[in-house]
This record gives sequence, C-alpha cells and structure tokens, in this order.
Amino acid sequence: MLFLSNNEEREHFLSKKNRKLLTDPLDDNNPITVQVLGICSALAITVQLEPAVVMAIAVTAVMAFSNMIISMLRNMIPSRIRIIVQLVVVASLVALVDQVLRAYAYDVSKQLSVFIGLIITNCIVMGRLEAFALGNGVYKSFLDGIGNAAGYGLILIIVAFFRELLGSGKLFGYEILGHKGATLAESSGLYAWGYENNGLMLLSPMALIVVGILIWVQRSRNRKLIEA
Amino acid sequence: MEQKSVNKTNSNAYTFIFAIVMVVVVGSILAFAATSLQPTQYENMRQEKMQNILATVGVETERSEAEGLYRQYITEEIVLDSNGDVKEGVKAFDVDLAKEIKRKKEEQNFPLYIADVDGEKFYIIPLRGAGLWNAIFGYIALKDDVNTVKGVVFDHLGETPGLGAEITQVWFQERYADEKVFDESGNLVGISAPKGAPSTSKDDNRVDAISGATITVDGVSEMISERLQHYLAYFKAQSDINVPNN
Repeated sequence: MLFLSNNEEREHFLSKKNRKLLTDPLDDNNPITVQVLGICSALAITVQLEPAVVMAIAVTAVMAFSNMIISMLRNMIPSRIRIIVQLVVVASLVALVDQVLRAYAYDVSKQLSVFIGLIITNCIVMGRLEAFALGNGVYKSFLDGIGNAAGYGLILIIVAFFRELLGSGKLFGYEILGHKGATLAESSGLYAWGYENNGLMLLSPMALIVVGILIWVQRSRNRKLIEA
Repeated sequence: MEQKSVNKTNSNAYTFIFAIVMVVVVGSILAFAATSLQPTQYENMRQEKMQNILATVGVETERSEAEGLYRQYITEEIVLDSNGDVKEGVKAFDVDLAKEIKRKKEEQNFPLYIADVDGEKFYIIPLRGAGLWNAIFGYIALKDDVNTVKGVVFDHLGETPGLGAEITQVWFQERYADEKVFDESGNLVGISAPKGAPSTSKDDNRVDAISGATITVDGVSEMISERLQHYLAYFKAQSDINVPNN
C-alpha cells in the first residue's frame, strides 16, 4: 500500500481500467503489430516454438519486474540519470534471467544465447519504462509490463507456430505432419503424399513476412486500427 | 515545499549518492545470484562435455544420462606431455584447454580419452583453436588405426549464426566421418576444407567447406592438424597401434 496513490487504493484490483492494461497490448495496442517494436528478436528466435515460448516468459519476467522497480523508485530517481537507472535495472534483471536459465534450462539458454542478453535492447522494455512506469503506480506498472510482454509473446508464438510447422513439419520438436524419410516409401503422414517442408520458413525474412501478414489480418478485422 | 523536493533529487550530491547506492545494491544481488547458481551451471557444463565426448564415438545421449554412459564407454582418461609420455597426477577431464593453449608447447597438458564401444577402440582428442570472432573447440575421435576419423563435434563461442556457426550442425560434422588424417605418404596432415575444391573421396584429407564461413572452417582445419601432431609421439610409442609411416 505504501506505493499506491489514493486513487489506486480505492480501485478494485482487477477493475475495468486495470483489465484494460492487460488486454489492450494483446490486440488494440500490440507492441509488435501496432507499434512495430521488438521486431529484431521476433525475427531471430521464432524458427521453433520452444525458444519463442522461453523468450516470451523471459521478457515477461524482465518487463513485469523492471516496470515494478522503476515505478517504486519513480519519485526518487534523479531525472538527469533516469535512462541510466532504467538500463541498469533492465540489464541486471536480464543478467539474472540468463543465470537462472543457464542453471535450470541449459539447452534452451544455449539456443537463445545472445538473444537473452539482447532483451536489454528490446525497445518495448525501455519504451514501457519511459512511457508508463515513470508516471504510474506500482501495481498498474506491473500489469502494464505483463500485458505488453504478453502481447509481444503472443505474436512471437503465433509466428513461431507457422514457421516451425511449415518449415520443419514439427511443433515443439514433435513431428506433426508425419515422418519424412529418405524416400517417398519410407515417409509417413503428409510426406507420404509428396509434401515437402518449406525451407524458406526457416529463414529470418520469412518472420518479417509472417508478421506483415499478421498486421494485415489484424488491421482488416479491427476497425479501431484503420486510419482515416 | 514542493519545489524544494524536486530540487533535492536533481542536486549533484543526490545524483551521485543515488548512483553509488544503486550500483552497490545491484552488484551485490547479481554477485549473490551468480555464486549460488554456479554449482548447477558447472554440473550442466560437465554433463555437456561428457555428451560431446560420447557423440564423437556415435553414442547419442540425453544430458541426464551422459554420466552413466560416460563411465560405461570411456575406459581411460590420460594426460600426455609434449613428448608423448603419460603424466601422472593430472585429471584429463579437468584440463582446461583454453588455459593450456596459451602456454608454451613444452608446458602444456594434452588430454586423451580412450573409448571402448562394443569392442572397438577409439581415441578421442579435445580440440581448440581460433574461429573468425572467437574461440572454436570440439573433439575428434580416431579409430584404432589413428588414421580414420570416427566422428567429430565442434562448438564455438561467437561465430555468425547461419555462416560460421554452421560448424555445429550435424550435416557438416558428418562430412568428417571416415576421413583420413594421414596423407598417402604417411604424413600427418589433418583434414582441410579448402574453398572451391570439392572433396571426391574419403582418402583425400579434405572435406567440402561451408560457403560464407571460410575463416571459421579454416580455423577448424588448423585446430585439427595443430592438436593432432602433439599426440603423434604417444601413438608411435604404443606397440598395439600401427601408425602410418612408422
């Protein structure tokens, strides 16, 4: 309660406003498809679902807690060094996540290698700190962090789903479209009918194209996003 | 009153103190996390090392089962000096090649693992060299004629994904299987991967390179021939090994 303003104390914990903080970034204000932020990591780690899910979780942890910490300190941070303070908070949370992954999810941490470190430079994280956490209460900032990370993670997982399914015929490493053998006779499932994996899906440019298609689909369905 | 508090957080002294306190707090948290997680991380790396050594002799395993299989298949771990004599008192598994390679040749320790897989004997030699951006390393397993390659594993610290980093891929490492490290006249030449010279047979001491990764692949060739030569003296001294040109 210490850090809540008077207004926040009276508000219900999951009031309409607070719910909006969580749901808005999923669709109407999605950081990737609407604000077009955080694209670089979306290109790099969406070849398979597993790293995409781990990245989404890692970014959620980093964003929720960095938003929370910056919001707690917002009245104490000297404005002249506020960007440095934000960077230090984000960087140390990322270092923590990296250490934990290396201890408990070693294979995934090797696969994600540099990209975990690059969460520091993810524009969404710094953007939310600067635009939201510096001016809002702790609980709201926490929700905003989770909401935006979820919006980011959602797109990541959708892109990774299509790329892994069409690119290697697998989901989470399990063969979904059947087994691809050396010859047609040795194959099963779709491969037995002559289906081939689309190698293009495994290349980074395809992530950009999938994101582009998502933006197109979203804009054609969501009237709020159609510019006059 | 309000004005004063705003000024307070903007004064030089306050900014300095804030920065110092922040660095100390963050530093201690990170130091604590790093130290407390270190044993688990070390265990992961140890198991991965066992996994890699086993992979060169064709034993694929999960990380959790690596330790048991390692005990089963790796029959001997020895450390050699630069003359090819076995050194006592040094554990091969604990030798850190990154440190060894910086020392003079005469002072280096050369670890050698000997595996017995279903009656076949293999010699596994750890490798380390320079890639384009950072160190590359791995293991090479030789069959008991110490000429034919059983398998290799390569890894890297910072090669470019899609280019140099492709040396970690199975399709590239498979090219090394059954290659010879001695040439026809019996000289130890290793296995090169020259640009634009397709490898047509398993006896030509070379494999196909990766396009766009010339420097990294050259590093791989270099580390194989550089590391192998230190073991030649040991192999020649063994009566049960028939080293070419001996």
